Amino acid sequence: MITARGLARTFKTRTATVEAVRGLDLDVAAGEIVGLLGPNGAGKTTTQRMLATLLAPTAGTATVAGCDLRADPVGVRRQLGYVSQAGGTNPGAKVDEELITQGQLYGLTAATAATRARALCASLDLADLGDRIIGKLSGGQRRRLDIALGLVHQPKLVFLDEPSTGLDPHSRANLWSHIRGLRDQAGATILLTTHYLDEADALCDRIFIIDHGVIVASGTPAELKRRISGDLVTFEVDDVERATAVLRDHPEARDVTAVERGLRVTVDRGEAQALPLMRALDDAGVKVGSLHIAHPSLDDVFLTLTGRSLRE
Amino acid sequence: MLRDAMIIFRYQLRLLLREPVWIIITMIQPLLYLALFAPLLEPIAKTQGFPPGDAWQVFVPGLLIQLGIFGSMFVGFGIIAEVRWGTIERMRVTPASRLGLLLGRVLRDTLVLLLQAALLTVIAVAFGLRVPLAGALVAVAIVGLLGVALSSLSYAAGLWLKSEDALAPLLNMVSVPVLLLSGILLPMEFAPPWLRHLASANPFSHVVDGSRAAFRGDYGASSLTIGLCAAAGLAVVGLLIAKRTFERESA
Repeated sequence: MITARGLARTFKTRTATVEAVRGLDLDVAAGEIVGLLGPNGAGKTTTQRMLATLLAPTAGTATVAGCDLRADPVGVRRQLGYVSQAGGTNPGAKVDEELITQGQLYGLTAATAATRARALCASLDLADLGDRIIGKLSGGQRRRLDIALGLVHQPKLVFLDEPSTGLDPHSRANLWSHIRGLRDQAGATILLTTHYLDEADALCDRIFIIDHGVIVASGTPAELKRRISGDLVTFEVDDVERATAVLRDHPEARDVTAVERGLRVTVDRGEAQALPLMRALDDAGVKVGSLHIAHPSLDDVFLTLTGRSLRE
Repeated sequence: MLRDAMIIFRYQLRLLLREPVWIIITMIQPLLYLALFAPLLEPIAKTQGFPPGDAWQVFVPGLLIQLGIFGSMFVGFGIIAEVRWGTIERMRVTPASRLGLLLGRVLRDTLVLLLQAALLTVIAVAFGLRVPLAGALVAVAIVGLLGVALSSLSYAAGLWLKSEDALAPLLNMVSVPVLLLSGILLPMEFAPPWLRHLASANPFSHVVDGSRAAFRGDYGASSLTIGLCAAAGLAVVGLLIAKRTFERESA
């Protein structure tokens, strides 16, 4: 659905040249939910705006929804639904007006656009708000309207820029299920940007971690977490010294650290390897009081890859 | 392209009609000139050198042009708000033609301006203006062309500057000399030669002269032809500049 090679964008300011995106390669298959994860200023939005034809790349090529980005931008626009970070609604307009006008700009008749608007409002919890002035909507309602505006022409490909920014936890969870529904029911492909780890983790089939305009890692959330740090298994034991000696030589333990009243072992896959390790301890006569398996968060991944925390 | 323009035209018109008070407010300035300034011209009209026609026939066309200038040149503020809301960017990701997005807005502004100009002329008749209908229609059409030119340029300036704080001084800087050198308030016939030469470089002064000829019913006057050409030329230039600005990638 998306193939990008060597995509780059530099901005010239008065004093310097900023390389916002530096040679990105990106592949997204149809029906995937793919996330661009990274801190603010990493180049996520610039990447998305280039792929959405809003910004001309300084270098590189891309095919989006079967159309060449440079040669056929209108072809890309026709099949793409783009929801920017700030949204894009006129606070003086009515919900229906905005949705129907948007549909008409995509070539729908007023009647078709009105039918779509009604269906979208119903599915995004905006039913009965069609006549409401947009300035009077709540933050969550307005964000859902932004998303409805990106979907009114039933695009095969949807770009969401920081979809859940500014939403309360309840609205976020709702939004996530809508996004999943887009893929599961409508078969859409989704490329979203986020700097929320839980969002990338909960929503995305695949993640590209971006920092300083380059992809530093990519994979499924589970792969990324496993590849970078492995799982942490913590045993509470009566004899830490003996336990350490036993596990240090164990082939499946990558790293063993003594902690308070126990030890922490880094392994590839915690669930599969915890029991064999415990059996080894038991065979050596070490009593195991408790066992705890922790999966590293994407924040740990990011920290390992870039030396910085996403939460900065 | 025309379909996109009509979609945007209807959308923008609906939004404007929701706040119709602004249509009236932009008319207050020319109405005040009509009521409080025009009476001063009656005695001056007998002075030697005053252009042909009576005081009203000279002054009202100028007022129409003034309405055209001030009614159109501030529309750029609206597009700055739209850039800030993100509506412009949202519409730029649709397959809609950029020129259509521009034309729909310009069309709305021009329609409103035409209605205001017609209304102002009717009110002026109540004050004592005598004007042939055809002449009044030609003058209103000239105002319409001016509206196309100035609202296009104002949108271009708004998109280019993206800041109200920068647009306001720019508009002031442009509007005051344009107004003073157009002979709207006092006829340029009174001006010393150097000032008259300067004014003849201002296309708006030709537009004003052309409208005055139309108000006199002097349809053969060369000033009418020149005025029409000047207005049409401004409209074309304005549209071309705005089209390029709308098509620029980061606008």
